[in-house]
Amino acid sequence: MNKTTENIIAGFSWLSTILLLGAIISITGYLCIKGYSVLDFRLIFGDTKVFDALLLRKQVFNGLFPAIAGTLVLVITSVVWAIPVGIATGIYLAEYANTAVKGIFNLLFDILAGIPSIVIGLFGFALAVFLHKHVSQAIKPCLLISSIALAFLVLPYIIRTTQVALEGLPEDIRLSALALGATKLQNIAFVLLPKSLSGIMSGVILAIGRCAEDTAVIMLTGVVATAGIPRSLLSAYEALPFHIYFVSSQYTTPEELQTGYGASIILLAICVVLFSIAFFIKRRLTYMAFYRT
Amino acid sequence: MKLPKEAIVERAFQLSTIVSGSITFLIFSFMFYMALPLIREGKIFQILTSTWSPLDDVYGILPMIITTFAISFLSVLIAFPISIGCSSFINEIGPKQLNRYLKKIVQVMTGIPTVIYGFVGIFLLVPIVREFSGKGSGMSVITAALMLSVLISPTMILFFNDSFERVPASYLNAAEGLGASRVQKLIYVIFPNAKKGIIIGLILAFGRALGDTLIALMIAGNSTQIPGSLFDSARTLTAHIALVIAADYESLEFKSIFASGMVLYLFTAGIVIVVRHFAFGEKNTR
Repeated sequence: MNKTTENIIAGFSWLSTILLLGAIISITGYLCIKGYSVLDFRLIFGDTKVFDALLLRKQVFNGLFPAIAGTLVLVITSVVWAIPVGIATGIYLAEYANTAVKGIFNLLFDILAGIPSIVIGLFGFALAVFLHKHVSQAIKPCLLISSIALAFLVLPYIIRTTQVALEGLPEDIRLSALALGATKLQNIAFVLLPKSLSGIMSGVILAIGRCAEDTAVIMLTGVVATAGIPRSLLSAYEALPFHIYFVSSQYTTPEELQTGYGASIILLAICVVLFSIAFFIKRRLTYMAFYRT
Repeated sequence: MKLPKEAIVERAFQLSTIVSGSITFLIFSFMFYMALPLIREGKIFQILTSTWSPLDDVYGILPMIITTFAISFLSVLIAFPISIGCSSFINEIGPKQLNRYLKKIVQVMTGIPTVIYGFVGIFLLVPIVREFSGKGSGMSVITAALMLSVLISPTMILFFNDSFERVPASYLNAAEGLGASRVQKLIYVIFPNAKKGIIIGLILAFGRALGDTLIALMIAGNSTQIPGSLFDSARTLTAHIALVIAADYESLEFKSIFASGMVLYLFTAGIVIVVRHFAFGEKNTR
């Protein structure tokens, strides 16, 4: 290989790095330049007093508060479904299942992780239609349906990180408590789980980030443009990512568009912080990160 | 002999595994159930192979299938060289001190929500494409493909990087001992040994592009024709599902979105199976 070819290859490598950095800097820079001027309490609380809004004494009409509250409630309810089931499944696959069973379920969860979020949203919608017809007229797309669909979306992350964290523990840690007479369950609860906590936590944080940013699932399962603070699990709600989408397609005034920029910066900050923490806790998360569709 | 408590907990773990595993089937059965009338009436084939013309009562999703593949393929085509260049930079070419930070930046990039790419796309990329093409709104196949390539690049880079790092250090040391330069190490040692990882990364990135909704929905224009050029407005399967939802439940139009959902499900499941086959060969477990 002659020197020129080598230089071209190295040059190409520099160029692609600069291109990628350029793209990401223009995207985030554009948001910040356009949006930083609206970043204040007015953006979130509108004309309502901060404490009145936080104590739910008064409704916020022209701020992001209902959307932020909606996203928060949505994330909490989804993760409440997904964490216990996900961790229990991860433990079963890592500690109890035999190779054949493991193989089948690994395939199933890989497929589940690869399903586009809009399809999971469509499932949630179909579920709501089904329940409406056959169970109760009161059920329509709502917070509950969204949180179940989102839980389905993030379940594979939690299962996989739990399983990988447990399987990665060295043999001597695995055996010492057993040698001292601990039962299998005691070993899992008092030795293996605490030892793999950081891996499991990174999966949970990724799942939270995923719930907060997802738009496709919720837009089919109950999110609306204006709903106020979510009152119950069966009510419609607002959410930050949907607010961004809605503003971009339906804005009527420049001020309304400005709230879109503000919401984007807030959502970006939330997701970047969550992902940084997850990557900081556990460095090898490539596989997980890949399946976010 | 097992203590009863141990057995109960094990059963609970087993139950949650079965419940989570059945979700994969549950989602497909719901799609299938909702699309069943189409299949029974034999209309499914017509829907998959005809165009979308509501005036003639034809609700085919062929244009959306074509657009989905066109946009995903294009975005991978754009993102692949950049990702290879970038991961080569991080692994060999670039200065070591810089690379640690670069890797952090790329990792954090994987966390940027797609709705934000779409939002910035509308106000930053769409006007540029409009200027460049000189016609239409600027919302087109290429606009979405460009933005999608930014979305899938970071994950592709991290994946390539992982497979580059798995090349045994002894190979690299041997090449270095023979006087190989950084670029020569890359071309003759790292790439051939990381080939499998590169292929898997490519397929996964394609799957990710296929499943993304918001970018295409916001900046591809959503017209229901088969796109004739890169600068034509078009609609992907994912965007189609997001747009039709408000229709009447008994209509053909409404049922067609479940056909779209099934197509997407089957394609992404197929991708997963291909990747697993590539990655693990005969072995079933990871």
